[in-house]
Amino acid sequence: MRFDLDYAAEITPLLLRATITTFEATIGGMALALIVGLLIAIVRIAAPPPIARLAGIYVEFVRSTPLLIQLFFLFYVLPRYGVSTTPLVTGILALGLHYSSYTAEVYRAGIRGVPTGQWEAAIALNFSLSRTWTRIILPQAIPPIIPPLGNYLVAMFKDTPLLATITVSELLGTALSEAGRTYRYFEPLTIVGLIFLLLSYPSAILIKRLERRLVTQH
Amino acid sequence: MPFDLLPPLLGGAVVTLALTFTSAGLALILALGAGLGRLSRWRAVRTVAAVYVEVFRGSSLLVQLFYFFFVLPLIGIRLPPFATGVLSLSLNIGAYGSEIVRAAVQSVDPGQREAAIALNMPTGLALRRIILPQAFVAMLPPFGNLLVELLKSTSLVSLITLTELSFAGRQLVQQQGRVSEVYLLVLLLYLLMAYPLTRGMRLVERWMARRVGVGAGS
Repeated sequence: MRFDLDYAAEITPLLLRATITTFEATIGGMALALIVGLLIAIVRIAAPPPIARLAGIYVEFVRSTPLLIQLFFLFYVLPRYGVSTTPLVTGILALGLHYSSYTAEVYRAGIRGVPTGQWEAAIALNFSLSRTWTRIILPQAIPPIIPPLGNYLVAMFKDTPLLATITVSELLGTALSEAGRTYRYFEPLTIVGLIFLLLSYPSAILIKRLERRLVTQH
Repeated sequence: MPFDLLPPLLGGAVVTLALTFTSAGLALILALGAGLGRLSRWRAVRTVAAVYVEVFRGSSLLVQLFYFFFVLPLIGIRLPPFATGVLSLSLNIGAYGSEIVRAAVQSVDPGQREAAIALNMPTGLALRRIILPQAFVAMLPPFGNLLVELLKSTSLVSLITLTELSFAGRQLVQQQGRVSEVYLLVLLLYLLMAYPLTRGMRLVERWMARRVGVGAGS
Protein backbone atom coordinates (compact mmCIF):
# COMPACT_ATOMS: atom_id res chain seq x y z
CA MET A 1 0.00 0.00 0.00
CA ARG A 2 1.41 3.39 -0.92
CA PHE A 3 0.14 6.90 -0.50
CA ASP A 4 -1.13 8.03 -3.93
CA LEU A 5 -0.15 11.69 -4.14
CA ASP A 6 -2.16 12.35 -7.31
CA TYR A 7 -5.31 11.05 -5.70
CA ALA A 8 -4.53 12.99 -2.52
CA ALA A 9 -4.11 16.20 -4.54
CA GLU A 10 -7.37 15.49 -6.33
CA ILE A 11 -9.46 15.22 -3.16
CA THR A 12 -7.74 17.89 -1.06
CA PRO A 13 -9.84 20.83 -2.44
CA LEU A 14 -13.00 18.86 -1.65
CA LEU A 15 -11.83 18.24 1.92
CA LEU A 16 -10.73 21.83 2.43
CA ARG A 17 -14.20 22.94 1.40
CA ALA A 18 -15.68 20.53 3.94
CA THR A 19 -13.45 22.13 6.58
CA ILE A 20 -15.66 25.22 6.30
CA THR A 21 -18.63 23.18 7.53
CA THR A 22 -16.46 21.86 10.36
CA PHE A 23 -15.65 25.46 11.30
CA GLU A 24 -19.31 26.48 11.14
CA ALA A 25 -20.23 23.65 13.49
CA THR A 26 -17.39 24.53 15.89
CA ILE A 27 -18.11 28.26 15.98
CA GLY A 28 -21.89 27.80 16.26
CA GLY A 29 -21.50 25.16 18.95
CA MET A 30 -19.02 27.22 20.95
CA ALA A 31 -21.18 30.38 20.78
CA LEU A 32 -24.10 28.38 22.16
CA ALA A 33 -21.93 26.71 24.82
CA LEU A 34 -20.56 30.08 25.97
CA ILE A 35 -24.04 31.61 26.35
CA VAL A 36 -25.86 28.60 27.85
CA GLY A 37 -22.91 27.76 30.08
CA LEU A 38 -22.86 31.27 31.53
CA LEU A 39 -26.61 31.20 32.17
CA ILE A 40 -26.33 27.82 33.93
CA ALA A 41 -23.42 29.06 36.05
CA ILE A 42 -25.36 32.15 37.13
CA VAL A 43 -28.43 30.04 37.95
CA ARG A 44 -26.29 27.63 39.99
CA ILE A 45 -24.80 30.48 41.99
CA ALA A 46 -27.62 33.01 42.29
CA ALA A 47 -30.97 31.21 41.84
CA PRO A 48 -33.04 29.84 44.76
CA PRO A 49 -31.73 26.45 45.94
CA PRO A 50 -34.30 24.17 44.21
CA ILE A 51 -33.66 25.75 40.80
CA ALA A 52 -29.90 25.84 41.36
CA ARG A 53 -30.09 22.15 42.29
CA LEU A 54 -31.97 21.38 39.07
CA ALA A 55 -29.29 23.14 37.02
CA GLY A 56 -26.68 21.03 38.86
CA ILE A 57 -28.51 17.84 37.92
CA TYR A 58 -28.68 18.99 34.28
CA VAL A 59 -24.92 19.57 34.24
CA GLU A 60 -24.23 16.17 35.83
CA PHE A 61 -26.55 14.36 33.41
CA VAL A 62 -25.24 15.99 30.23
CA ARG A 63 -21.61 15.55 31.29
CA SER A 64 -22.02 11.88 32.16
CA THR A 65 -23.68 10.77 28.93
CA PRO A 66 -22.14 10.44 25.46
CA LEU A 67 -22.43 13.25 22.93
CA LEU A 68 -23.20 10.67 20.23
CA ILE A 69 -26.43 9.56 21.91
CA GLN A 70 -27.45 13.14 22.68
CA LEU A 71 -26.91 13.87 19.00
CA PHE A 72 -29.07 10.91 17.92
CA PHE A 73 -31.69 11.87 20.46
CA LEU A 74 -32.00 15.42 19.12
CA PHE A 75 -31.79 14.25 15.50
CA TYR A 76 -34.57 11.66 15.77
CA VAL A 77 -36.74 13.05 18.56
CA LEU A 78 -36.93 16.79 17.74
CA PRO A 79 -38.77 16.23 14.40
CA ARG A 80 -41.43 14.24 16.29
CA TYR A 81 -42.31 17.36 18.21
CA GLY A 82 -42.55 19.41 15.05
CA VAL A 83 -39.09 20.97 15.36
CA SER A 84 -37.50 20.49 11.97
CA THR A 85 -34.08 21.96 11.26
CA THR A 86 -31.14 21.05 9.11
CA PRO A 87 -28.73 18.37 10.36
CA LEU A 88 -26.04 21.02 10.79
CA VAL A 89 -28.27 23.06 13.13
CA THR A 90 -29.14 19.92 15.11
CA GLY A 91 -25.42 19.19 15.33
CA ILE A 92 -24.64 22.71 16.55
CA LEU A 93 -27.41 22.38 19.12
CA ALA A 94 -26.03 19.06 20.41
CA LEU A 95 -22.42 20.31 20.53
CA GLY A 96 -23.48 23.55 22.23
CA LEU A 97 -25.65 21.88 24.87
CA HIS A 98 -23.11 19.14 25.58
CA TYR A 99 -20.25 21.58 26.04
CA SER A 100 -22.42 24.04 27.99
CA SER A 101 -22.21 21.55 30.87
CA TYR A 102 -18.43 21.89 30.79
CA THR A 103 -18.29 25.66 30.26
CA ALA A 104 -20.81 26.12 33.10
CA GLU A 105 -18.32 24.56 35.52
CA VAL A 106 -15.51 26.73 34.18
CA TYR A 107 -17.58 29.90 34.57
CA ARG A 108 -18.59 28.82 38.06
CA ALA A 109 -14.96 28.42 39.08
CA GLY A 110 -14.21 31.85 37.60
CA ILE A 111 -17.08 33.52 39.45
CA ARG A 112 -16.15 31.79 42.71
CA GLY A 113 -12.64 33.13 42.24
CA VAL A 114 -13.82 36.74 42.54
CA PRO A 115 -13.11 37.84 46.15
CA THR A 116 -16.18 38.26 48.39
CA GLY A 117 -15.07 41.83 49.09
CA GLN A 118 -16.05 42.73 45.52
CA TRP A 119 -19.63 41.62 46.18
CA GLU A 120 -19.72 43.49 49.47
CA ALA A 121 -18.32 46.63 47.87
CA ALA A 122 -21.01 46.48 45.16
CA ILE A 123 -23.69 46.20 47.84
CA ALA A 124 -22.13 49.02 49.86
CA LEU A 125 -22.15 51.24 46.78
CA ASN A 126 -25.81 50.38 46.23
CA PHE A 127 -25.21 48.80 42.82
CA SER A 128 -28.19 47.00 41.33
CA LEU A 129 -27.88 43.23 40.96
CA SER A 130 -27.56 43.33 37.18
CA ARG A 131 -24.96 46.09 37.39
CA THR A 132 -22.99 44.11 39.98
CA TRP A 133 -22.87 41.13 37.64
CA THR A 134 -22.10 42.92 34.39
CA ARG A 135 -19.74 45.61 35.68
CA ILE A 136 -18.05 44.06 38.71
CA ILE A 137 -18.20 40.26 38.84
CA LEU A 138 -18.06 39.04 35.23
CA PRO A 139 -15.28 41.40 34.05
CA GLN A 140 -13.09 39.92 36.81
CA ALA A 141 -14.32 36.35 36.50
CA ILE A 142 -13.90 35.83 32.76
CA PRO A 143 -10.29 36.76 31.83
CA PRO A 144 -8.65 34.04 34.00
CA ILE A 145 -10.91 31.34 32.51
CA ILE A 146 -10.19 32.12 28.86
CA PRO A 147 -7.53 29.37 28.58
CA PRO A 148 -9.80 26.55 29.88
CA LEU A 149 -12.60 27.81 27.63
CA GLY A 150 -10.10 27.72 24.76
CA ASN A 151 -9.28 24.12 25.58
CA TYR A 152 -12.96 23.24 25.29
CA LEU A 153 -13.09 25.04 21.95
CA VAL A 154 -10.33 22.76 20.66
CA ALA A 155 -12.03 19.71 22.22
CA MET A 156 -15.29 20.63 20.50
CA PHE A 157 -13.49 21.07 17.19
CA LYS A 158 -12.24 17.49 17.54
CA ASP A 159 -15.77 16.28 18.33
CA THR A 160 -17.30 17.73 15.15
CA PRO A 161 -16.65 14.51 13.14
CA LEU A 162 -19.51 13.00 15.15
CA LEU A 163 -21.87 15.13 13.06
CA ALA A 164 -21.02 12.86 10.12
CA THR A 165 -23.33 10.28 11.75
CA ILE A 166 -26.33 12.58 11.23
CA THR A 167 -25.46 13.22 7.55
CA VAL A 168 -23.62 16.53 7.98
CA SER A 169 -20.96 16.78 5.24
CA GLU A 170 -18.16 18.00 7.43
CA LEU A 171 -14.56 16.79 7.10
CA LEU A 172 -14.97 13.15 8.13
CA GLY A 173 -18.36 12.74 6.46
CA THR A 174 -17.01 14.07 3.18
CA ALA A 175 -13.91 11.87 3.42
CA LEU A 176 -15.97 8.76 4.14
CA SER A 177 -18.41 9.34 1.29
CA GLU A 178 -15.50 10.01 -1.06
CA ALA A 179 -13.76 6.85 0.18
CA GLY A 180 -16.98 4.88 -0.22
CA ARG A 181 -17.19 6.00 -3.84
CA THR A 182 -13.65 5.08 -4.85
CA TYR A 183 -13.07 2.47 -2.15
CA ARG A 184 -9.79 4.12 -1.23
CA TYR A 185 -9.67 4.91 2.47
CA PHE A 186 -5.99 5.51 3.09
CA GLU A 187 -5.57 8.92 1.43
CA PRO A 188 -8.83 10.66 2.50
CA LEU A 189 -8.59 9.54 6.14
CA THR A 190 -4.90 10.47 6.35
CA ILE A 191 -5.62 13.96 5.02
CA VAL A 192 -8.50 14.42 7.47
CA GLY A 193 -6.27 13.38 10.38
CA LEU A 194 -3.57 15.78 9.20
CA ILE A 195 -6.00 18.69 8.86
CA PHE A 196 -7.20 18.13 12.43
CA LEU A 197 -3.65 17.87 13.69
CA LEU A 198 -2.45 20.97 11.83
CA LEU A 199 -5.31 23.05 13.20
CA SER A 200 -5.60 21.81 16.77
CA TYR A 201 -1.91 21.47 17.69
CA PRO A 202 -1.03 25.17 17.11
CA SER A 203 -4.24 26.21 18.88
CA ALA A 204 -3.30 24.13 21.89
CA ILE A 205 0.16 25.72 22.00
CA LEU A 206 -1.39 29.18 21.72
CA ILE A 207 -3.71 28.46 24.65
CA LYS A 208 -0.83 27.16 26.74
CA ARG A 209 1.09 30.34 26.07
CA LEU A 210 -1.92 32.46 27.00
CA GLU A 211 -2.26 30.47 30.20
CA ARG A 212 1.36 31.07 31.16
CA ARG A 213 0.99 34.80 30.51
CA LEU A 214 -2.09 34.97 32.71
CA VAL A 215 -0.34 33.08 35.51
CA THR A 216 2.66 35.41 35.50
CA GLN A 217 0.36 38.44 35.56
CA HIS A 218 -1.18 37.45 38.87
CA MET B 1 -41.52 2.01 32.00
CA PRO B 2 -40.59 0.15 28.84
CA PHE B 3 -39.01 -2.82 30.57
CA ASP B 4 -39.15 -5.00 27.48
CA LEU B 5 -36.37 -2.84 26.03
CA LEU B 6 -34.02 -3.49 28.93
CA PRO B 7 -32.57 -6.99 28.23
CA PRO B 8 -30.90 -6.15 24.88
CA LEU B 9 -29.68 -2.82 26.26
CA LEU B 10 -28.22 -4.45 29.38
CA GLY B 11 -26.41 -6.93 27.15
CA GLY B 12 -24.92 -3.97 25.31
CA ALA B 13 -24.01 -2.26 28.57
CA VAL B 14 -21.91 -5.28 29.59
CA VAL B 15 -19.90 -4.93 26.36
CA THR B 16 -19.55 -1.19 27.03
CA LEU B 17 -18.11 -1.91 30.49
CA ALA B 18 -15.75 -4.56 29.11
CA LEU B 19 -14.57 -2.08 26.49
CA THR B 20 -14.14 0.64 29.13
CA PHE B 21 -12.09 -1.42 31.57
CA THR B 22 -9.92 -3.15 28.97
CA SER B 23 -9.10 0.20 27.37
CA ALA B 24 -8.57 1.84 30.78
CA GLY B 25 -5.94 -0.77 31.71
CA LEU B 26 -4.03 -0.36 28.47
CA ALA B 27 -4.41 3.42 28.54
CA LEU B 28 -2.93 3.54 32.06
CA ILE B 29 0.18 1.68 30.88
CA LEU B 30 0.50 3.96 27.84
CA ALA B 31 -0.05 7.06 29.98
CA LEU B 32 2.66 6.07 32.47
CA GLY B 33 5.05 5.13 29.66
CA ALA B 34 4.51 8.29 27.64
CA GLY B 35 4.23 10.60 30.66
CA LEU B 36 7.52 9.39 32.15
CA GLY B 37 9.00 9.20 28.64
CA ARG B 38 8.45 12.92 28.19
CA LEU B 39 10.50 13.54 31.34
CA SER B 40 13.27 11.17 30.29
CA ARG B 41 16.87 12.33 30.22
CA TRP B 42 17.28 10.89 26.71
CA ARG B 43 16.20 13.16 23.91
CA ALA B 44 15.11 10.29 21.62
CA VAL B 45 12.69 8.94 24.24
CA ARG B 46 11.30 12.41 24.86
CA THR B 47 10.73 12.94 21.13
CA VAL B 48 8.98 9.60 20.57
CA ALA B 49 6.70 10.20 23.56
CA ALA B 50 5.92 13.76 22.46
CA VAL B 51 5.07 12.72 18.89
CA TYR B 52 2.77 9.95 20.15
CA VAL B 53 0.99 12.27 22.58
CA GLU B 54 0.55 15.19 20.18
CA VAL B 55 -0.62 13.04 17.26
CA PHE B 56 -3.25 11.22 19.29
CA ARG B 57 -4.40 14.30 21.17
CA GLY B 58 -4.36 16.49 18.10
CA SER B 59 -6.43 14.41 15.69
CA SER B 60 -9.95 13.45 16.55
CA LEU B 61 -10.78 10.12 18.24
CA LEU B 62 -13.46 9.28 15.69
CA VAL B 63 -11.01 9.88 12.84
CA GLN B 64 -8.49 7.60 14.58
CA LEU B 65 -11.12 4.92 15.03
CA PHE B 66 -12.09 4.95 11.35
CA TYR B 67 -8.44 5.09 10.42
CA PHE B 68 -7.70 1.88 12.31
CA PHE B 69 -10.92 0.29 11.06
CA PHE B 70 -10.35 1.00 7.36
CA VAL B 71 -6.59 1.38 6.97
CA LEU B 72 -5.21 -1.46 9.14
CA PRO B 73 -6.84 -4.16 6.94
CA LEU B 74 -5.17 -2.53 3.91
CA ILE B 75 -1.76 -3.37 5.39
CA GLY B 76 -2.89 -6.88 6.23
CA ILE B 77 -3.83 -6.40 9.89
CA ARG B 78 -7.36 -7.66 10.47
CA LEU B 79 -8.69 -7.06 13.96
CA PRO B 80 -12.20 -7.74 15.26
CA PRO B 81 -14.20 -4.55 16.05
CA PHE B 82 -13.68 -5.01 19.81
CA ALA B 83 -9.89 -5.04 19.44
CA THR B 84 -9.97 -2.10 17.01
CA GLY B 85 -12.05 -0.20 19.57
CA VAL B 86 -9.73 -1.03 22.45
CA LEU B 87 -6.69 -0.08 20.36
CA SER B 88 -7.95 3.36 19.36
CA LEU B 89 -9.57 4.17 22.71
CA SER B 90 -6.50 3.25 24.73
CA LEU B 91 -4.10 5.06 22.40
CA ASN B 92 -6.26 8.20 22.52
CA ILE B 93 -7.03 8.19 26.25
CA GLY B 94 -3.44 7.14 27.01
CA ALA B 95 -2.20 10.28 25.25
CA TYR B 96 -4.45 12.48 27.41
CA GLY B 97 -3.47 10.49 30.51
CA SER B 98 0.23 11.00 29.85
CA GLU B 99 -0.22 14.74 30.37
CA ILE B 100 -1.77 13.99 33.77
CA VAL B 101 1.17 11.74 34.66
CA ARG B 102 3.69 14.34 33.54
CA ALA B 103 2.04 17.16 35.49
CA ALA B 104 1.69 14.98 38.61
CA VAL B 105 5.33 13.85 38.58
CA GLN B 106 6.46 17.45 38.13
CA SER B 107 4.25 18.53 41.02
CA VAL B 108 6.12 16.34 43.51
CA ASP B 109 8.27 18.52 45.77
CA PRO B 110 11.82 18.64 44.28
CA GLY B 111 13.15 18.13 47.83
CA GLN B 112 11.86 14.56 47.66
CA ARG B 113 14.03 13.76 44.65
CA GLU B 114 16.99 15.56 46.21
CA ALA B 115 16.57 13.54 49.40
CA ALA B 116 16.51 10.31 47.38
CA ILE B 117 19.72 11.34 45.62
CA ALA B 118 21.31 12.30 48.94
CA LEU B 119 20.43 8.84 50.28
CA ASN B 120 22.16 7.34 47.26
CA MET B 121 19.00 5.74 45.95
CA PRO B 122 19.12 4.45 42.36
CA THR B 123 16.85 6.45 40.01
CA GLY B 124 14.48 3.55 39.34
CA LEU B 125 14.00 2.80 43.03
CA ALA B 126 13.48 6.50 43.84
CA LEU B 127 10.86 6.68 41.10
CA ARG B 128 9.03 3.61 42.34
CA ARG B 129 9.22 4.21 46.07
CA ILE B 130 9.36 7.98 46.43
CA ILE B 131 8.15 9.90 43.39
CA LEU B 132 5.35 7.79 41.86
CA PRO B 133 3.38 7.04 45.06
CA GLN B 134 3.15 10.76 45.81
CA ALA B 135 2.46 11.67 42.18
CA PHE B 136 -0.24 9.02 42.06
CA VAL B 137 -2.35 10.87 44.62
CA ALA B 138 -2.30 13.94 42.38
CA MET B 139 -3.12 11.81 39.31
CA LEU B 140 -6.23 10.17 40.70
CA PRO B 141 -8.81 13.00 40.45
CA PRO B 142 -8.02 13.82 36.80
CA PHE B 143 -7.81 10.08 36.05
CA GLY B 144 -11.35 9.74 37.43
CA ASN B 145 -12.60 12.39 35.00
CA LEU B 146 -10.74 10.71 32.15
CA LEU B 147 -12.34 7.37 33.02
CA VAL B 148 -15.80 8.91 32.58
CA GLU B 149 -14.64 10.46 29.29
CA LEU B 150 -13.48 6.99 28.23
CA LEU B 151 -16.82 5.44 29.16
CA LYS B 152 -18.60 8.06 27.04
CA SER B 153 -16.15 7.61 24.17
CA THR B 154 -16.85 3.88 23.94
CA SER B 155 -20.16 4.85 22.30
CA LEU B 156 -18.17 5.77 19.18
CA VAL B 157 -17.14 2.13 18.72
CA SER B 158 -20.80 1.42 17.83
CA LEU B 159 -20.00 3.16 14.52
CA ILE B 160 -17.59 0.36 13.58
CA THR B 161 -20.30 -2.27 14.16
CA LEU B 162 -19.51 -3.41 17.70
CA THR B 163 -22.73 -4.32 19.53
CA GLU B 164 -22.25 -2.29 22.70
CA LEU B 165 -24.87 -0.15 24.41
CA SER B 166 -25.25 2.53 21.70
CA PHE B 167 -25.38 -0.06 18.92
CA ALA B 168 -27.97 -2.11 20.82
CA GLY B 169 -30.00 1.10 21.14
CA ARG B 170 -29.77 1.80 17.43
CA GLN B 171 -30.82 -1.78 16.61
CA LEU B 172 -33.86 -1.46 18.86
CA VAL B 173 -34.83 1.80 17.18
CA GLN B 174 -34.59 0.15 13.78
CA GLN B 175 -36.68 -2.82 14.90
CA GLN B 176 -39.34 -1.08 16.96
CA GLY B 177 -39.33 2.68 16.28
CA ARG B 178 -39.82 4.01 19.87
CA VAL B 179 -36.98 6.48 19.43
CA SER B 180 -37.43 8.63 22.53
CA GLU B 181 -37.92 5.71 24.92
CA VAL B 182 -34.89 3.80 23.64
CA TYR B 183 -32.48 6.74 23.60
CA LEU B 184 -33.64 8.01 27.00
CA LEU B 185 -33.02 4.54 28.43
CA VAL B 186 -29.59 4.41 26.77
CA LEU B 187 -28.70 7.82 28.25
CA LEU B 188 -29.89 6.69 31.69
CA LEU B 189 -27.81 3.51 31.49
CA TYR B 190 -24.69 5.54 30.67
CA LEU B 191 -25.46 7.78 33.66
CA LEU B 192 -25.90 4.73 35.86
CA MET B 193 -22.48 3.45 34.81
CA ALA B 194 -20.74 6.82 35.11
CA TYR B 195 -22.03 7.56 38.61
CA PRO B 196 -20.43 4.57 40.42
CA LEU B 197 -17.20 5.21 38.50
CA THR B 198 -17.09 8.76 39.85
CA ARG B 199 -17.96 7.65 43.39
CA GLY B 200 -15.56 4.70 43.23
CA MET B 201 -12.68 6.88 42.09
CA ARG B 202 -13.37 9.28 44.96
CA LEU B 203 -13.09 6.39 47.45
CA VAL B 204 -9.80 5.29 45.88
CA GLU B 205 -8.55 8.88 46.09
CA ARG B 206 -9.28 9.09 49.79
CA TRP B 207 -7.73 5.68 50.45
CA MET B 208 -4.56 6.52 48.51
CA ALA B 209 -4.22 9.91 50.17
CA ARG B 210 -4.41 8.27 53.58
CA ARG B 211 -1.88 5.57 52.62
CA VAL B 212 0.68 7.94 51.19
CA GLY B 213 -0.08 10.63 53.75
CA VAL B 214 -0.01 13.58 51.37
CA GLY B 215 -2.72 15.72 49.85
CA ALA B 216 -5.28 14.24 52.24
CA GLY B 217 -8.68 15.77 51.67
CA SER B 218 -7.47 18.04 48.90
